[in-house]
Amino acid sequence: MTSPAVVLFDYGSGNLHSARRALERAGARVEVTSDRERAVNADGLVVPGVGAFAACMAGLSGAEGPWIIDQRLSGGRPVLGICVGMQVLFERGVEHDVDTAGCDQWPGVVDKLTAAVLPHMGWNTVDAPKDSRLFQGIADERFYFVHSYAARTWELDSFSGPTQDPLITWATHGEPFVAAVENGPLVATQFHPEKSGEAGTALLRNWLTMLG
Amino acid sequence: MTLSVRVIPCLDVDNGRVVKGVNFLNLTDAGDPVELARTYDAAGADELIFLDITASSSDRSTTYEIVSRTAEQVFIPLTVGGGVRTVDDVDRLLRAGADKVGINTAAIARPEFLTEAAGRFGSQCIVLSVDARRTQGEQNTASGFEVTTHGGRVGTGIDAVQWAARGAELGAGEILLNSMDADGTKDGFDTELIRLVRAVVSVPVIASGGAGSVGDFPPAVHAGADAVLAASVFHFGEITIPQVKGALAQAGYPIRSIDGV
Repeated sequence: MTSPAVVLFDYGSGNLHSARRALERAGARVEVTSDRERAVNADGLVVPGVGAFAACMAGLSGAEGPWIIDQRLSGGRPVLGICVGMQVLFERGVEHDVDTAGCDQWPGVVDKLTAAVLPHMGWNTVDAPKDSRLFQGIADERFYFVHSYAARTWELDSFSGPTQDPLITWATHGEPFVAAVENGPLVATQFHPEKSGEAGTALLRNWLTMLG
Repeated sequence: MTLSVRVIPCLDVDNGRVVKGVNFLNLTDAGDPVELARTYDAAGADELIFLDITASSSDRSTTYEIVSRTAEQVFIPLTVGGGVRTVDDVDRLLRAGADKVGINTAAIARPEFLTEAAGRFGSQCIVLSVDARRTQGEQNTASGFEVTTHGGRVGTGIDAVQWAARGAELGAGEILLNSMDADGTKDGFDTELIRLVRAVVSVPVIASGGAGSVGDFPPAVHAGADAVLAASVFHFGEITIPQVKGALAQAGYPIRSIDGV
């Protein structure tokens, strides 16, 4: 099997350095680019993101990110959102009373966690569904989170018809929130697999096996 | 409490080399920050901090290079502090591969620097480093602690506890709280300082200064620290990271255990 070709989407947000190396370590050939054609056609597209929801969404839109994600998903081609790269997949995000439209792949809002200490910063456990492919073999590991905002509810309950229901992995900091989503070709993690040591690399490896 | 207590080794780096006596066995080059970072990663460190003590800012290129090499090989979060004065400095460190940037003196001189940096890059990557010491007599601040500069030699008269609270309000996403009184004593962390700062900030607090034995770590967490930092006791192999985690676990705190350690 040849190693899958992954585009790490370079739209001005995220620690691309670590993400590139972690993906390579997991077995991918990685290209860091914002080129539209390359991003649409790669075996896998990774959408990173740190900082503010509004800034990430502006950067992503400026690089035609939402259109690229739509194009890929309509062809069943895998997309992985990381941290704010996951948050922008929701309908909207609210930070400091700024309400920003997201990519609207999933209904629901990303807003501030209710917790004694924020940001939620450090290694936390997750509660993954037992049939999760993303967390296969690593469901008991800890992953590195750093965020103050999250999807505190999951509003897309189930589909009618032949499509498989999305798998939701939860974590808790002050209250439960969505830590990861596996929704057909659209996969996302609120934590940083590229900063989560061996467990994070194993998760990326699991994602790469879902590409082909 | 499901979030684990982070155990963080701190490396002082001068011109790209680790200084202040690192005495590890089985290292081909104990002065190479990248190799040390990999060693600590393998030993279960939850995060790493590089403190750049390079005297001349013109020599910072070596710092960016080692940050870059570390980020390529170590897959845990990396904070880099020391001499960070401008938004451009923050930008360059983040681009080199740092996940968080520590700001100290520059924020004392110009507090709005924290707001500018957090506004551009997000609070999650801005760490306010506070070097605090106890005050005496007429120099007393309200909390009994003041902010110092120049490695604890120069007092500023600024209340350290109030400064930590203000820093968090201005945009710092984490406080690196270093007790200059406890630093180097190996008598344990200054739990009073930790408790006072914990009471006024809701961002994570990293306790630093004074670690001498594994028994010193649980009281720092009990006082309110979210993470514990040590330098020389780790570098000289007097205490290992798994030992610290063992002591924390025994005290009932969640830790991240990794295979084999």
